[in-house]
Amino acid sequence: MHWLPPNGALHGVALDHLLGRYLSIMFWLFLAAQVLILAAMFRRRSNPGAARRGQSTRVFLAAELLPLLAISGLFAWMIFTSHHLWAARREVAAEAQALPVEVTGVQFQWYFRYPGADGVYGALHPELVNAPAGNPLGLDPQDRHSADDIVSSILMLPANRPVNLTLRSQDVIHGFFIPGMRLKQDTIPGMQSHLTFTPETPGDYPILCTQVCGLGHARMQARLRVLSQMDYNRWFSARERALRAAEATR
Amino acid sequence: MTTPTSDRWRFRVFTTDHRSLAILYLLLALAAVILGTLLSLAMRIHRIWPAYAFPWFGVPSPEQYLALVTMHGTLMVFFVLTVVPQSAFPNLVLPDQLGAARMALPRLNAAAFWISLISLLVLLAAFAVPQGAPISGWTSYPPLSAFAAAGPGQGTGMDLWLVSIALFCIAAMASSISFLATIFFRRAQGMRFSRLPLTVWSWIASSGLTVTAFIVLFAAAVMLLADRHLGTSFFLPAGEVINGIRQRPGTGSPMLWLHLFWFFGHPEVYISILPGMGLASSILANFTRRPVPAYGLMVGATLAIGFLGLGVWGHHIFVSGMNPYAGTAFGLTTIAIAVPSSAEVLTWLAMLFRGRMRLDTPMLFTLGFVSFFIAGGLTGPVLAQPALDSYLHNTFFVVAHFHLVMAMAGVFTIFAGIYYWYPLLTGRRMNEMLGKLHFWISVIAAYGTFFPMHYAGLAGEPRHYAQLTGPVESFASLIPVERGITWSALTLAAVQFVFLFNIFWSIRRGAPAGENPWNATTFEWSPIAHPITSNGPYDYGPGMETEASCPQRQPSSS
Repeated sequence: MHWLPPNGALHGVALDHLLGRYLSIMFWLFLAAQVLILAAMFRRRSNPGAARRGQSTRVFLAAELLPLLAISGLFAWMIFTSHHLWAARREVAAEAQALPVEVTGVQFQWYFRYPGADGVYGALHPELVNAPAGNPLGLDPQDRHSADDIVSSILMLPANRPVNLTLRSQDVIHGFFIPGMRLKQDTIPGMQSHLTFTPETPGDYPILCTQVCGLGHARMQARLRVLSQMDYNRWFSARERALRAAEATR
Repeated sequence: MTTPTSDRWRFRVFTTDHRSLAILYLLLALAAVILGTLLSLAMRIHRIWPAYAFPWFGVPSPEQYLALVTMHGTLMVFFVLTVVPQSAFPNLVLPDQLGAARMALPRLNAAAFWISLISLLVLLAAFAVPQGAPISGWTSYPPLSAFAAAGPGQGTGMDLWLVSIALFCIAAMASSISFLATIFFRRAQGMRFSRLPLTVWSWIASSGLTVTAFIVLFAAAVMLLADRHLGTSFFLPAGEVINGIRQRPGTGSPMLWLHLFWFFGHPEVYISILPGMGLASSILANFTRRPVPAYGLMVGATLAIGFLGLGVWGHHIFVSGMNPYAGTAFGLTTIAIAVPSSAEVLTWLAMLFRGRMRLDTPMLFTLGFVSFFIAGGLTGPVLAQPALDSYLHNTFFVVAHFHLVMAMAGVFTIFAGIYYWYPLLTGRRMNEMLGKLHFWISVIAAYGTFFPMHYAGLAGEPRHYAQLTGPVESFASLIPVERGITWSALTLAAVQFVFLFNIFWSIRRGAPAGENPWNATTFEWSPIAHPITSNGPYDYGPGMETEASCPQRQPSSS
């Protein structure tokens, strides 16, 4: 379907295909119904036969129950086909080798945190939040898992590796939306949720907010950059080096 | 017994007379719809001409744009799409359709209007307070709606919004209790349930939904007010930081509001559309001079929609991080409700091909309703799939869906009802030619406004954005589409002047209607003191194409 933004996610191919099929069926049903209504309006002849008592039951069955059965069948087919997609992505846990990244929504900015070499996120404390001092998430410096955490305002991901996103919010509900990854989930303050997907095609993808979050809602935008594994590794070690350098000067 | 309606009935302001209350409700809704429309036009204009300064106002700021969003939605959903089908129309005809002289619990019913009016005034006061109207949309999700610090308008403006909504809940429940009591206890002799017009069956379902759903919204509004002012934390999470400042930590969750709000919010859709569906069935029968086929199926479908409507709210929050199994379950219930809805649509389509169709204005608007209901309804089963909703949620695709299936379909039944019942109040018909002009331009402009929104939504364009440009410029290519939408919306709004002119012009100049201008069978067209009936509501049939067929009123009793 060419009018969706280009898809870069593994699950997006099946999703686009299914959405395209549903929408084309719905479009033809829409057209057929509109043609029926217009035909009825511009029909000159009255149709007395159809209303005769003896015939009405048969006409009713043909005109109503059969289409109703067909439409119910269509609905059932839609449930089966699309539930398959939902179950494969959402009714399972993230794979063990998935890359963990934490997404935090803050009025009006997205932050992305990588747990670093130890694979464990450092503790966050709301009273430590201090964006001007370089600690927008309230990372606890006392926690031994904090030191190697990388906080970024751009979401860098390697291609072809599953990602396990942890979604959270610091203030109000935000809507984390990457159109190019066919991905959307709210970030709810006080609650953590997870989202797993596999980016495939390297490139830049806009990240938007889709839940009204205050006066800067429309400009709460960020970027996802999908890189080859090698480029990703290069970016990641550069960030780690920068982190250690900052540590050393403190 | 056959004195013209206009001689028998006089409009009064302070009264328990149901028809006077209907007019008061219609005037209230008229004020709300004019304002709500102007707000939406301001949004449309700002989106395509972002530098345009509005007279006496200037260029809207981002927070003012969100205030427009909030107030447009609130005015339209509560004060137009609920007030007219669920308050004005039942007051206009419900007692008469039952053969009742007056409403049961008439003072409660009259009080409901005055509470609605106060509710509207409290809502509008939000424009006048410092920082202006709230910006959190008509769904008012906390914590944005819980803390004044979360944004401009979230202080006094938000308080006024919550008080207004709480008052509206009381009014809606009060009038629905009055309608249910009237339907159950004030029916004329012989007016069995199997002889009720489908409008009345719709009001049974929608009034039942109103008392069930609005009580929950009332509770939610009171709880949020308590969170804001009484130190409770139903909706406040722990560890809340706004703009770098630690807020009072709570032990609750915003998820509770999402569930409570949508437990109301989805039935609300049916509250506003079910009466129109009943009216559409009645008008289709009347203007094709044929009975409603499968009356029992239509009643069953109406009640099934009402009942299932209480169990589908989760489809509004598929992407909230709700348990994915819950998403699956709510997807199933949502598809289930599409089946009785489809049954009603197929019945209407089948009704179009029997008898000779008369294309008077009420019938035209009913056909427009069927057209919009199908156009918007068909995307419902697509959005009901959680896997696909996780792309389409809160994009313009959803805006297209509900503006067609709820707003346009609902408004077209409102137009149909006004053109149809106008003679009851004035003894005259509205001008046919102006009515047809109003219909054709409206239907084309409405499609021009809302159909292209599907396209913008598929491109991923989110709702509620004041501007299409920004750090991410991927939507720049949609600006021509946006421009077309705005011009269509302006046309749609402009042609409503024809309707307003027609309403006021026809009071004195309209063609005299006689007692029963549409040769209808139902009681409201032949009000007599103690009616009895042994007929169904739609006894039209072959050979009765011109005359009043077989009215529910017994010939012997008049």
